Amino acid sequence: MTRPAIRAFLIWLLAMLAGAVVVWNSHFSADMSFFLPARPSGEQQILVDQLKEGVVSRLLMVAIEGGDAAQRADISRRLRGQLGKMPEFVAVQNGEAGSLDADREFLFRHRYLLSPAVKPERFTVDGLKESIANSVDLLASPAGMMIKPLLPRDPTGEMIELLSGFGAGSQPNMQEGVWASRDGKRAMLLVQTRALGSDTDGQEQAIETIRGQFAEIARGTAFNNVKLQLSGPGLFAVKSRATIKSEVSRLSLISTLAIIAVLLFVYRSIRLMTLGLLPVVSGALAGIVAVSLAYGTVFGITVGFGSALIGEAVDYSIYYFVQSGRLGADEWRARFWPTVRLGVLTSVCGFAALLFSGFPGLAQLGLYSLSGVLTAALVTRFILPALAGNDHPIRDLSHLASPLRRGVTALQNLRWPILALAIIAATILIVDRHQLWHPNLSALSTISIEDSTTDMALRADIGAPDSRYMAVITAPDRESALQAAERAGQQLDTLTAKGIIGGYESPARFLPSLVMQASRRASLPNDEELQARLQTAQADSPLAASKLGGFLEDVAQARTQDGVSRETLTGTSLALAVDSLLQQGTDSWSVLLPLRPPPGDKGVDIAIKSVRAALAGSGALLIDMKFEFDRLYNDYLHEASVLSLAGFVAIVALLGITLRSARRLGAVLLPLLLAVILVVAGVHLAGEQLHLMHLIGMLLIVAVGSNYALFFDRAGNEAQLDPPTLASMAIANLTTAIGFGTLALSSVPVLHAVGITVGPGAVLALLLSAAFVPRETSA
Amino acid sequence: MIKRLLGSLFLLAMALPALAAFDVGQLMTDLAKNKGGKAKFVEKKYISLLDKPVVSTGEMSYSAPDRLEKRTLTPKVETLLLDKDILSIEREKQKLSINLANQPEALAFVDSIRGTLSGNRGALEKNYALYLSGNSDKWVLTLLPSDQKIAALVQRITVTGSKSLIRTIEYLQADGDRSVLNMEPIEGK
Repeated sequence: MTRPAIRAFLIWLLAMLAGAVVVWNSHFSADMSFFLPARPSGEQQILVDQLKEGVVSRLLMVAIEGGDAAQRADISRRLRGQLGKMPEFVAVQNGEAGSLDADREFLFRHRYLLSPAVKPERFTVDGLKESIANSVDLLASPAGMMIKPLLPRDPTGEMIELLSGFGAGSQPNMQEGVWASRDGKRAMLLVQTRALGSDTDGQEQAIETIRGQFAEIARGTAFNNVKLQLSGPGLFAVKSRATIKSEVSRLSLISTLAIIAVLLFVYRSIRLMTLGLLPVVSGALAGIVAVSLAYGTVFGITVGFGSALIGEAVDYSIYYFVQSGRLGADEWRARFWPTVRLGVLTSVCGFAALLFSGFPGLAQLGLYSLSGVLTAALVTRFILPALAGNDHPIRDLSHLASPLRRGVTALQNLRWPILALAIIAATILIVDRHQLWHPNLSALSTISIEDSTTDMALRADIGAPDSRYMAVITAPDRESALQAAERAGQQLDTLTAKGIIGGYESPARFLPSLVMQASRRASLPNDEELQARLQTAQADSPLAASKLGGFLEDVAQARTQDGVSRETLTGTSLALAVDSLLQQGTDSWSVLLPLRPPPGDKGVDIAIKSVRAALAGSGALLIDMKFEFDRLYNDYLHEASVLSLAGFVAIVALLGITLRSARRLGAVLLPLLLAVILVVAGVHLAGEQLHLMHLIGMLLIVAVGSNYALFFDRAGNEAQLDPPTLASMAIANLTTAIGFGTLALSSVPVLHAVGITVGPGAVLALLLSAAFVPRETSA
Repeated sequence: MIKRLLGSLFLLAMALPALAAFDVGQLMTDLAKNKGGKAKFVEKKYISLLDKPVVSTGEMSYSAPDRLEKRTLTPKVETLLLDKDILSIEREKQKLSINLANQPEALAFVDSIRGTLSGNRGALEKNYALYLSGNSDKWVLTLLPSDQKIAALVQRITVTGSKSLIRTIEYLQADGDRSVLNMEPIEGK
């Protein structure tokens, strides 16, 4: 090696080592933050918080199948017993008798501070008379048997007031004393993990613990045919991560092996093949380093994109080795480098457009590819020649020349048919324009249809909240948050009475504000006063005042006992409800009031406008999660359209400035645009719904395909297309198609969409460029 | 000796159909003939806590074999509807639906009245021991729960009636409180 070569190699080695250190310390993630907005609006921020930390994101639904009802119930009890003791789980519910005793006891003990009916009027003579008469009437009803034991201590029916606010209709079915599915074939449990929804490791561990405990119990009880089914956001995160992990290694392996095979076939030299991969490895490393330094976290999907990058980045060394074989490095630099450089710059323009995306995944893909391609090109230009020296005898490819030429000629004769085909394709796209696009974000989700069906079934069985509609309140501290929740609650009560909503949850139901507690306490008369009023009120009642000593005792106790605080709730499942609805942020508290649609037909929407109008001025913001998700996706889609267009304009501008000829610009762009139209129509006709990654794929067809079009343009300019150039283009195109095409095999929609568009798109770009190259060139 | 024994057995056998003219099976056959109807009811609940019974009145309607509606009109309007295994209760603005298929204890309780109305002996004997006295014009059917879980709710159910009509149903609860439901058919619906 020459001195400059050694210096170049050392610089490269140092850079690689530094890069390796950065990568070693990088944080890799395969969670859904890939999809969550980088610059969320207020509403979207709530969405993001809910997905990452909300209680719903920490709920796992567990179903036990097989065996008979008694066996399932037995396992359900044992499972709850085991999991309930573990620190990984905040709560485990299965509807078991006794499991709600703590809740009932809490509600009964604090009923005079919790019941919304507690007001001064209720404890006047008339108020007592009315409320006690009501309770006696209730005794006559079929529900009477339930309230009879409570009556002596709670004649005004506060407990009924409290329980009736719960929405008892949504309770899961019971079988053998535990929750069961609607068809009675599964026992159901609801588990809340301590790990946040965004903590995929924690979720994975929790899921493994549940499975492990279940297996142990099933073994212990010798119920052999019972099965565990599990679903929830945590499981989705874990599964997605596993999918992405396995795909990333599988895809990279496939594309690397295929490209190595191509290089070995062409070069017939291990040394050249290794040298040829140098820019690729450098590019892949540089891509991860850039993303890691810029974003802190590298998404698994980004790394998966490496497979495509390998295919694209290897092109430069192919051009160099194949084209410079005859000319020598200096001559190559002079004649071919400008064209390669322009190709690199157009690719960079395409990827750079993605950098501005508010969709973090997309921005990462952009940065990764941009730095990867740029690095690969620079390594090819500056490091590779020095390392390879002038001694790289390439296999003689001249025998390829004549078939390639014939191919080009054949393609040129197909110009009109190609144009006709493109017009048909464009017509199909225009006619079907309303069915082209997938309407929502689920298009990008890695969750399989099977998993999401299971999830929906379990959710319906257990009546787990889907929390589509929420009123959200932000306040500086807990007390003011609860007071605001109570004010909004009054509006929501009116809406419930009108039947506009079916009901709502509120943390203030179990944890009233201090002000509210004080006012309820102040409504309770003192002992003598209450006794006197009760005597008068009950004079003619079948329920004599003398039998209500327990009532007097409880009211007296309520006037002196401590109020309800968050600590009082500990040990009840109500604590869970309160914690999920009242959350402390960094410098504020937020309250969520999930709204239920009015009863009646399933899945009714809420009349948003009326609710918004009612909540106006209460400081509560109404959010429709589904709407926000759809809007988020539409924002992404819109942004992706704008960015793709901007990227395209940048590419056109770059080419226009460099080529300085409208005719040449047209000749370069026409094949690319035709390729885009044909590919999109093909994908559509294959039955795939397009989403935003297909859109990005279209941009990349132009950005990547332009490399080939430019070589034909250069050849056109020099009025000749020599065999090595033609061969190098065919090989480079093959590797690019392999790289992107591999992604099409992926089950991760983001990767698949790019692969299925750019893979065929790159091949078409080459073929069409050949077809539309000026005729005199090839002659 | 053997002849006499055989003779008395023969006599006994002859006498059986006459005796069996009114047994549980016969009552059930009679009840099963009743395809439905309407009745006014007065229900009195005797509760130890209260100085006098709580009285409610209203209308009941039944159509065989598994639809029963009880509309209480006083003191508060309340509707209880049993349709197959779905029990719905509507009171003021609250509405509650329970699928009894998943609630074996409640189902057993409901079956006591539904089984009697439809003459479904099988359903009754699943959870109760049946004792019948009286004759076809004035009979008393007593149901004693055979299951511990049901016995914890109700000690005894006594149904009286004549022919295929039920007149009263009395529930004696486990705690000694009881309720008596009197029914008066509304003629011609």
